[in-house]
Amino acid sequence: MSSYMSAPPHLAAITELAHGNPDVVIVSQDFGAGPFSDAFPGRHFDVGISEQNLVGVAAGLAHAGKLPFVLSMAPFVSMRGFEQIRDDCAYNRNNVKIIALFTGLEAGPWGATHHAMEDIALLRTIPGMTIIVPADSNEVGWAVKAAAAMDGPVYIRLAGFAADMSPIEGSPPLRAGEAALLREGSQLTLIATGTAVRTALAVHDALARDGIDARLLNMHTIKPIDRAAVVRAARETGKLLTIEEHSIIGGLGSAVAEIVAEVGVGRVRRVGIPDRFCTEIGPYRELLALCGLDAASVEASARELIRAG
Amino acid sequence: MTDETEIRELQQRALSLRRHIVSIASAQRSHLGGSMSSADLMAALFFRFLRFDSNGRMHDHFLLSKGHAVHVYHACMVELEQIAASELPLSGTSGSRLGGHPTLRAPGVEFATGSLGHALSVGVGIALAEALNQSDRRTVVLLGDGELQEGSVWEAAFCAPHFGLRNLIAIVDANEFQASGSTAEIMAVEPIAEKWLAFRWQVIEIDGHDMRAVADALDEAGRGSGPVAIVAHTVKGKGTPGVEGTGRAHYTRLTAEEAEETLAALSAAR
Repeated sequence: MSSYMSAPPHLAAITELAHGNPDVVIVSQDFGAGPFSDAFPGRHFDVGISEQNLVGVAAGLAHAGKLPFVLSMAPFVSMRGFEQIRDDCAYNRNNVKIIALFTGLEAGPWGATHHAMEDIALLRTIPGMTIIVPADSNEVGWAVKAAAAMDGPVYIRLAGFAADMSPIEGSPPLRAGEAALLREGSQLTLIATGTAVRTALAVHDALARDGIDARLLNMHTIKPIDRAAVVRAARETGKLLTIEEHSIIGGLGSAVAEIVAEVGVGRVRRVGIPDRFCTEIGPYRELLALCGLDAASVEASARELIRAG
Repeated sequence: MTDETEIRELQQRALSLRRHIVSIASAQRSHLGGSMSSADLMAALFFRFLRFDSNGRMHDHFLLSKGHAVHVYHACMVELEQIAASELPLSGTSGSRLGGHPTLRAPGVEFATGSLGHALSVGVGIALAEALNQSDRRTVVLLGDGELQEGSVWEAAFCAPHFGLRNLIAIVDANEFQASGSTAEIMAVEPIAEKWLAFRWQVIEIDGHDMRAVADALDEAGRGSGPVAIVAHTVKGKGTPGVEGTGRAHYTRLTAEEAEETLAALSAAR
């Protein structure tokens, strides 16, 4: 386990919030809450291994005026807890913040049962849902506070179990629902979210060395998506490459493609986990490469898109 | 101990609730059975046990986990003068506030339900919040017996005693039928009381149509020694001659003759 996981920034941020807001509570499923539990032992409820109950209990706490943060594993809470997120949180307008850990392929050799590659696609269909995918530890802290400031259910898709979440230098301050422009460019736009932002920065630099002028957007909020930034990128750069550690179906790439198709300007190529289970056994980084999500593969995808008419 | 006059009044309320339900079930196909079976429980809840503040807002919490019994819930709101009786037969029609499951459009509905197996977890969360607030507000969740087939009910049942939720009451309307037949045929749920006992709940088992037993059970459950599960044995479609206690009672429309006969039987029971 990385040092990130032993002192995770989401717990630091929630604990800080809780000092100023007595309604902040944590509901977890067989998850410790470290500094939060130390500071507020009576405000952390571990419901054990029961995702449906986990989300339902959080909805009840919110219904009665609390501000619950749910600590959970992404593949399980998003699929087993889906209906509770839909009905008890979103439909009933309850202010629940879900922190989903072990995202994308991070669980690596634990296998496809533990790979969270559908969560964005699923949750994106829920009316009133906000989905935030931080790219580094600073964005994690920001996301927790931004979620707390919103009224309504928020899903924060958190990497850090295996992925590098160290601070990315020079990142601008974020605003929920607004894509962050990391690099200006005119020939193509890389639109990345979460762990793929760091990869996209490397790809941007590699392309720049060959004189290719790529724009780079950090699409940290996938719902509601920054439609204007996507339309602008399509109009101004023509070609869009989406990059995400999520199924090629239904995630960031689909959200961008939907916008571009409706506007009728630009061309999209999606990089994500192909439509298959990642059954190969190996460490996280190897699985990323197998799925075309390492920097070299993404760069190749970008070059293909540039060559394509 | 409830006095005889109050028991009589609650029985009259339950008859009124059943008459309201008949007004819907004679106008359209509806989930008649679960509303009729829980009418006595609902009368005791809404006209005795659950407390309201001076503005008519409920002080306690009530969640209808068996959301298809929506008609008895709306009927309670008619009796509380939050819904006009004339709205009931129009439930589900264009522009109505009243749907086929409880929604936040309907006056008095605290939590929208429909998909089974949700509300006990929500009730646990509410009860946790009220315990944190050191409030005296109770949380009551009404479930069906068929609903007990949902695994999520037992996830919630697991954790209520673990958290020592003395302010949470689950009521099972054990009417022995589900959508396509009897629970015994489809997926046996008995012994219900033993299941809740095994999950470390305090259990009170009653005849859910014996108003004194219902009122006394709620009084006992309300003393804060919970979590308490009240297993109420009931008759599906109770009060509907020829239909009650049959599989048809779950979802049906009463003919004009059946509705008349039911209303006459209800009047005779006064």
